[in-house]
Amino acid sequence: MKLGDLTRHAGEWLRGVGPEQEVVISSRVRLARNLADRPFLSRCSTSQLEQLQQTLRDRILKLDVVDELFYVDIEAASSLDRALLVERHLISRQLAEAEHPCGVAISGNEKVAIMVNEEDHLRMQVLRSGLQLHDAIQEINRIDDALEQDLDFAYHCQLGYLTACPTNVGTGLRVSVMLHLPALKMTGEIDKAFRAARDMGLTIRGLYGEGTEATGDFFQLSNQTTLGKTEQQISEDFVDELIPRFIDYEHKARRALVESRSIAIDDKVSRALALLRSAKLISSQETLYLLSLTRMGVNLGRLPEIDLKTINELFLLTQPAHLQKIQGHKMDGRERAELRARIVRTRLSAN
Amino acid sequence: MKSKCEKCGMPATVHLTEIDGGQKVEKHLCQDCAAEEGIAIKANVPISQLLEDFILQAAPGSGEPDVEDEACPVCGISFSEYRQQGILGCPHDYDAFGQQLMPMIQRAQQGASQHVGKVPRRAGLDQKRQNQILRLRAELKGAVAAEDYEKAAELRDEIKALETQ
Repeated sequence: MKLGDLTRHAGEWLRGVGPEQEVVISSRVRLARNLADRPFLSRCSTSQLEQLQQTLRDRILKLDVVDELFYVDIEAASSLDRALLVERHLISRQLAEAEHPCGVAISGNEKVAIMVNEEDHLRMQVLRSGLQLHDAIQEINRIDDALEQDLDFAYHCQLGYLTACPTNVGTGLRVSVMLHLPALKMTGEIDKAFRAARDMGLTIRGLYGEGTEATGDFFQLSNQTTLGKTEQQISEDFVDELIPRFIDYEHKARRALVESRSIAIDDKVSRALALLRSAKLISSQETLYLLSLTRMGVNLGRLPEIDLKTINELFLLTQPAHLQKIQGHKMDGRERAELRARIVRTRLSAN
Repeated sequence: MKSKCEKCGMPATVHLTEIDGGQKVEKHLCQDCAAEEGIAIKANVPISQLLEDFILQAAPGSGEPDVEDEACPVCGISFSEYRQQGILGCPHDYDAFGQQLMPMIQRAQQGASQHVGKVPRRAGLDQKRQNQILRLRAELKGAVAAEDYEKAAELRDEIKALETQ
């Protein structure tokens, strides 16, 4: 498996078919772990970091609970490859910018990615499409159990798993759900929903996680606290209580739009599709906006000829690093806008 | 005090006094307009939480260390270095700076100060049992609050059994 192969298809988790797929794009869980007998990364010398990476990489690649793992040495990777991995949600932006020994182990279907030497020694993540947090938790737990057989993780009887940043202690678990909320945005109720989310102790982030703005109606909700609840409680709260509320808000807003502004919605959705089908140059921002509208149109049954999978793939393939990887060389903004428009046109007219 | 939001005329619930270039400026806004202005309001903070925060901030020996800035004997990082970068140096820091860190952790974790989740196999059975007891106690509290006394009795027996093991 090589990085270039990734661009041929959408990662398994991004196929967009899963429980509550109309609103929930994907579920993600992440565990932070550190070796008990080593300093955290900020206090490691370069040679210690190299040693740490080697130990962890060797152990991870022996995991028999994950299929087809391959390792990418980030320090040696080009900036384009790093950007590609960020666009596919396989590494964080922090790791993409790193200039110390670090890397990521990725499973063939991209459902599992284990970052080495990011903020903690290990940051494991499991991705699933749609709302599938329980599955994801089970899988990450299996991986953690397997690693734990040979590795001693830093653990404190009161504070649980110890992490470089004290905000992650306890379970070291972050669960996130990516939501598509175009109707709430359109009806102006999104701020109200976000205030409710903050009151429920949730963090709201943009498409690419920490430090990114929410664009194109995509929002990532995650738990803020990691201490004082079990892993199962954290995920149950999400699946049974918190996320259903947002799904419900969005569905209500969609229904209200269809009832009160049916023609206006049809007009917006059809125009979005028409633009995507005929543009000769298109920016990534505009693509994101128009695809978001189209996706809502598909989910409302307004565009029966388009399938959700195609739309989801286009979100991925039209990003800058993906375009350049497909083309096989670096491109400037205008070249990218042209290729992006061509790919979108072809995919949506053949659909 | 003005009672209407200066922006939209709704009842004002946020009253701000700012000193701008020596001039006192008063602002009266409703919650929505305040949010638009980027003024964060923590809604519905229970009074106990406010008191707790206040006490934590005011308590001597917690929060800011006004004594000497000692370094961790294992990794050498000092508490003020940690405050600057937001990242600790080694697992031992949690013990070395326990007094300063605990109130901060509690605040960030909505008051929680005890792990009840997964225990690594190597941490030993004892810790596992302790966590189980903690978890059951929390459930017991919930059962009593919900007036589910049958469940509560079951939980009480389970806790007793674990404690006498």
